[in-house]
Amino acid sequence: MSQGLLDAQNGHPDKRGVTRRTFLKFGFTVGAAAGGGLMLGFSFPAAGEGQGAPGTQGARSVIGGDGIETPQDGVFAPNAFVQIDRAGKVSLVIPKVEMGQGVYTSIPMLIAEELEVPIESVVIDHAPPDAKLFTDPLLGGQLTGGSTSIRYAWEPMRKAGAAARVLLVSAAAGQWQVDPASCRAEGGKVVHAASSRSIGYGELVDAAAKLPAPQNVPLKDPKDFRLIGTAVKRLDSPEKIDGAAMYGLDVRVPGMKYAVIVNCPVFGGTVARVDDTNAKKIPGVRQVVKADNAVAVVGDHTWAAKRGASALVIEWNEGKGATLQMQQLVDDLANASKRDGAVARKDGDIDKGFRDAKTRVDAVYQQPFLAHATMEPVNCTVHVRADGCDVWVGTQVPTRAVDTAAKVTGLPADKIVIHNHLLGGGFGRRLETDFIEQAVKIGKQVDGPVKVVYMRDEDIQHDMFRPYYYDVISAGLDANGKPVAWKHRIVGSSILARFAPPAIKDGVDPDAVEVAADLPYDLPNQLVDYVRQEPRDIPTAFWRGVGPTRGTFVVESFIDELAVQAKADPVQYRRDLLAKTPRARNVLDVAAHAAAWGKTVPKGQGRGVSVMHAFGSFFAMVADVTVANGEVAVNRVVCAVDCGMVVNPDTVEAQIQGGVIFAITAVLHGEITIKDGRVEQTNFTDYPVLRLSQTPPIEVHIVKSTEAPGGIGEPGTAALMPALANAIYAATGKRLRQLPVGRQLQTA
Amino acid sequence: MTTTLNVNGQDHTVDAPPDMPLLWVLRDLVGLTGTKFGCGIAQCGACTVHLDGEAVRSCVLPVAAVQSRKVTTIEAVGSTPAGKKIQDAWKALDVVQCGYCQSGQVMSAASLIAANPNPSDADIDAAMDGNICRCGTYNRIRAAIKHAAKGA
Repeated sequence: MSQGLLDAQNGHPDKRGVTRRTFLKFGFTVGAAAGGGLMLGFSFPAAGEGQGAPGTQGARSVIGGDGIETPQDGVFAPNAFVQIDRAGKVSLVIPKVEMGQGVYTSIPMLIAEELEVPIESVVIDHAPPDAKLFTDPLLGGQLTGGSTSIRYAWEPMRKAGAAARVLLVSAAAGQWQVDPASCRAEGGKVVHAASSRSIGYGELVDAAAKLPAPQNVPLKDPKDFRLIGTAVKRLDSPEKIDGAAMYGLDVRVPGMKYAVIVNCPVFGGTVARVDDTNAKKIPGVRQVVKADNAVAVVGDHTWAAKRGASALVIEWNEGKGATLQMQQLVDDLANASKRDGAVARKDGDIDKGFRDAKTRVDAVYQQPFLAHATMEPVNCTVHVRADGCDVWVGTQVPTRAVDTAAKVTGLPADKIVIHNHLLGGGFGRRLETDFIEQAVKIGKQVDGPVKVVYMRDEDIQHDMFRPYYYDVISAGLDANGKPVAWKHRIVGSSILARFAPPAIKDGVDPDAVEVAADLPYDLPNQLVDYVRQEPRDIPTAFWRGVGPTRGTFVVESFIDELAVQAKADPVQYRRDLLAKTPRARNVLDVAAHAAAWGKTVPKGQGRGVSVMHAFGSFFAMVADVTVANGEVAVNRVVCAVDCGMVVNPDTVEAQIQGGVIFAITAVLHGEITIKDGRVEQTNFTDYPVLRLSQTPPIEVHIVKSTEAPGGIGEPGTAALMPALANAIYAATGKRLRQLPVGRQLQTA
Repeated sequence: MTTTLNVNGQDHTVDAPPDMPLLWVLRDLVGLTGTKFGCGIAQCGACTVHLDGEAVRSCVLPVAAVQSRKVTTIEAVGSTPAGKKIQDAWKALDVVQCGYCQSGQVMSAASLIAANPNPSDADIDAAMDGNICRCGTYNRIRAAIKHAAKGA
């Protein structure tokens, strides 16, 4: 935990100022209550106000800026995460954003566990941008990504709840003049059993707010957990099924206009000339705005803006990018693979290993560019004024959103207000601020607030893509088929070099080599290196599973190749190499048993396996497929996971099922290709994603563990890809060294 | 031009060009944002609403084509027996993740069980294949529809 967080949690008076500014940014006002407690008077952000005609409102969202009701009086806010008002209402500020992964349930569970309040009654708000308060030390910033939320939150969020509980118990004990140790907290009350007295938290907030920060905050023994480890229902579920949930695209600000964007189809191109004569004839079109590489049509509603955008006649400066073809990008990578890379891992002597080897296996693996295709297309609403800028958005990086808006407007950071929202899918797309930057550039030219929306084709074609990776991998096997030399060269874009340059050490991008440089297997002689090769003007970004998704596909497919070469069973072959990693071997055993590994499968079907250690979790997957007429049907997926202590087993299952489905889409269909400098795909017609009828049963077996929690949002995606490719091999004899499957299995 | 629509039992008069898809009328003019924009070409189902109880993709339905038919959106589907059953099942099984597609999923599922109280797997496939979920909640969607049907 960072020192800043500790200080804030302990509620030192000098740190309260930080909290105060934080809330001010959200449109709250803070003052000293008569009794010395903190008084927060809330004025709602404009989002959610004045929507439509009377009687048209849906149910109100309980999450986000318009959800926390106005406390009429004092509020006890012992740290940045917990607020309790005099009515006993508990409001929690969640330092991670909700994009489906369930943190608006699991983090409240951690706090409520120690605070001793009923989980159903808490109100949730998005954390405002504040790096001091909300930095995740695993990521070095206020970011949500990399499957770190629970790994980060596990201790500090329990402490945040416990610190508040200690103060409330002390306040009650003081009132009753009894020993705090003779009191207990339970269900939002402090109870003194000896005298059969109890008092609600709401009645204690003024007294508790006067107490000094507790020095010692004891955490519960895990055996006493009443919430952690149970399948608590998602707190965001009701509003996500009755239309009340507010995503960035749902923002409605009084006087707001709508803008539809047209980006230069060629990466690196700019706007030369725009003929907007026809666009401006369309009723409801108000303005046409240029922003470097894009033109936006501003209208009274999205339809007017969209029709206006279609009617534009734009001449682009396409630049040199206009001749770029996919094959050139692949050739760039192939050529780069001949260069020596930055060494990420070197064990033993691989030259000797290869010399001593009985046989040698060489392979090249290629993985395509991928779009995120979040169901909510990227969008951002801005109101740029001379004295400030409001931004309504769903972002994984609130502090970067502030920096972006400040840079474009030239305003100081404290004049930028970010109103964060639920994310209609993240998968890494909303770690980027390109669309925020563009919206602010457009907003600067528009009088009043404007919502900038990407139509789906723009969202796909002007995504920032999971990079194309090119891996050259070789192994030498001894007489028993065991690997005695392992050489893996990873070639591709460095996302971190752009996203977080200090993360690059001696030329090694730790994301690019993750998993590959730290395999669970016992390999005596190995060399893993990395060659950075950027795809010219094609922008690249993180995508669900980040480095481990790319690395695991290669190494777990290749291990399968070695098992074939060794004429060994793929499970047994892995098992023999996992002596030093018992948690990995255990999940492999659990998955193999649950899937009845070893049972003969009918002709045309195949079964594949994978093992992975990433994000602090251990995974094994078994996939069953049928291949007929070149088409793959996935029949069943079995997953065993050891992710340490489990906060919510229902969320773990859901995240793995979702991760598996994300991976099936990628393996079977996922591919962004470039022709004449342009992305060829446009929508779900030519960038298909898995549908319900194609989805197999997905069994998740959670291994009991007392280890620290591991990540769960992404590893399911990373682990399934090779298991599926290995199953396809088992069914067809065709080794998939290039994704996606596409038409590769079609014989005609 | 002005058009009068009956949405969730209330009449709304809006100033919309006749070719404006119902989706944008609902979201931008009426102010009901529960109906989502996903693809704009009836490929993802996020925009699903009911017209006289039948599931339709509002992103490709010109407002002029609605005429006197009653529009029901996610905000009001809970007041129909099938919609209530589906919402209860969605909560019981915790179907949602990011939730963005779920308005459309609930509308398609409610329309399915209203017409077919005991759908088979094949019926569920046919009714729900037009609704994409990128988070991958399909296993629970299928289970929740069966759960809702059982409670019928």
